[in-house]
Amino acid sequence: MFAQLTQFESPPVDFFSLTPLFILVGGAVVIMLVTSLSPRPIPGWFSTAVSVAASAGAAVVAMVLWNDVRESGPYSTVSDAIGIDGFSLFFTVLVSLGVIATALVGDAYVRREHIAAPEFHALLLTAATGAIVMASANDLVVMFIGLESLSIGLYILAAMQFRRPHGREAAMKYFVLGAFSSAFLLYGIALVYGTTGSTSLIVIRERTSSLGAMVSPSELLIVGIALLLVGFAFKVAAAPFHFWAPDVYEGSGSPVSGFMASVAKAAAFAGLLRVVVVALGANEGDWAVPLAVLSAISIIVGAVMAITQNDVKRMLAFSSVGHAGYILVGVQAATAEGMSSALFYLFAYTFMVIGSFAVVSVIGWDNGHPIERYEGLAKRRPWLAGAFTVFLLAQAGVPMTAGFVAKFLVIKSAVAEEIYWLAILAMVASVITAFMYLRIVMAMWARDADVDDAPRLAVAPATAFVVAAAVAITLVYGIIPDSLIEFTRDAVPALVAGN
Amino acid sequence: MEVTEGWYLVLGALLFIIGGIGLLLRRNPLVMLMCVELMLNGVNLTFVAFSRILGDVAGQTVVFFVLVVAAAEVVVGLGIVVAIVRRSPGATADDLSVMKG
Repeated sequence: MFAQLTQFESPPVDFFSLTPLFILVGGAVVIMLVTSLSPRPIPGWFSTAVSVAASAGAAVVAMVLWNDVRESGPYSTVSDAIGIDGFSLFFTVLVSLGVIATALVGDAYVRREHIAAPEFHALLLTAATGAIVMASANDLVVMFIGLESLSIGLYILAAMQFRRPHGREAAMKYFVLGAFSSAFLLYGIALVYGTTGSTSLIVIRERTSSLGAMVSPSELLIVGIALLLVGFAFKVAAAPFHFWAPDVYEGSGSPVSGFMASVAKAAAFAGLLRVVVVALGANEGDWAVPLAVLSAISIIVGAVMAITQNDVKRMLAFSSVGHAGYILVGVQAATAEGMSSALFYLFAYTFMVIGSFAVVSVIGWDNGHPIERYEGLAKRRPWLAGAFTVFLLAQAGVPMTAGFVAKFLVIKSAVAEEIYWLAILAMVASVITAFMYLRIVMAMWARDADVDDAPRLAVAPATAFVVAAAVAITLVYGIIPDSLIEFTRDAVPALVAGN
Repeated sequence: MEVTEGWYLVLGALLFIIGGIGLLLRRNPLVMLMCVELMLNGVNLTFVAFSRILGDVAGQTVVFFVLVVAAAEVVVGLGIVVAIVRRSPGATADDLSVMKG
């Protein structure tokens, strides 16, 4: 049993394929080393610059690899544990862009809140590395390591506002429920390993799709799939496993909340798509209906609970639960079209939500986010109010925005699979949530404020750049979505062995 | 009566369930951390038992990864608990309920 250990050979590693990961980790190491070894204090912009440069480098290398994959096909490296395919490279680009936006918004935020800039940016980069590992993993254990690198980085990022009671509460809740859901996911991995005899997604797909190749009874595999679904549902904040989301989004710093709602959600969806939809695709009967139910509950909870809130950050948190539900509409369809619509939704949502939280970060300069704050904003800060309006309308799914195309595509994929009840539910609920978004829009444009706090609403140039870029992306992909749709169509997990 | 691998699977499941219930019911932050460890160790035992059933060494190597991850997780968890207890000594999870809605 242990004889093979003596003749252990290290697997061949294609280092160029892993360059995005090395660049991101290297950026984090550079930030920590330079800021702690330098005899003089290093200004905060240094960490931001390294963080942005590293993520931009990772995105560029991912685009180069993307060209290779298009020409010579997807492949796996490190003993088939890391897959380089359109899917993993799509998420590498998405996560890198998310880090650039968060780092630029975080630059002004860490200065205002007196948070240590090097730690903030180094943790962003390591968390992003975990997210990319999750999206590229061809092995359940590698995916778990990626998930934990992402989660542990996020636990600390959520705890960075520990001077405020809200921040401490958010950190503790996020940690406890994050660890709880990781344990569920891991138990699911253990049961899938026990029934299929391997942790490799490539082998799992082969064995589950050919009858009789299974090692143990398939009842255990169903339990394993159920535990995986619970674990992923926690991570993407799908109801009824969303309890942590409103408190954590409210208590964490706004840029961190934006990062959680975009990059962490995207990574968890990447894991869900890769493991459940592709590797366990033969067991569609076991997970498609539960996913549809999760999706329906999330959409309803997101719509109903968001209306009753008076805190803008909590509204965005519940709307994020609802968006997880819409993305699940595409996922549960279990078709190529459904997957590409889910990826489109994740890409569009990333910029809407990072932009929204960037605006929230500026307006909630003393960490209060009641909706009254936003009254008369259009008079005091017309550009900021205009940008926030675009993000809110896009999240509501108004035509000419990327949010509309995203909602249209996921609902279309459900209709193509003849799951009409979910498609109708999604359409009705989007009308209900539109009320919540319009409430904020009305407060900004139709009411006057008693106080004039305009001088306090300082928009740093980096934040303004992110907000403008997010508005541009939201509108451009809303009007001409074809290039992004084509991009998402090519982004399919391949699960192929060998180089 | 012979103790087969199946017994270890059941024991692993029990440890996981006890840890999960403890995490939801107990209010002391340190005990909650211990419950997380109990859940992860229940999974570790499951991995080892499956590794033995399958005659495959991979399940045992997974345990090492999980142990390292659990150690890193507890370091962060203890840091958060220390940050909370230093500001409000004797705090329980019930005291952490500023946010509602």
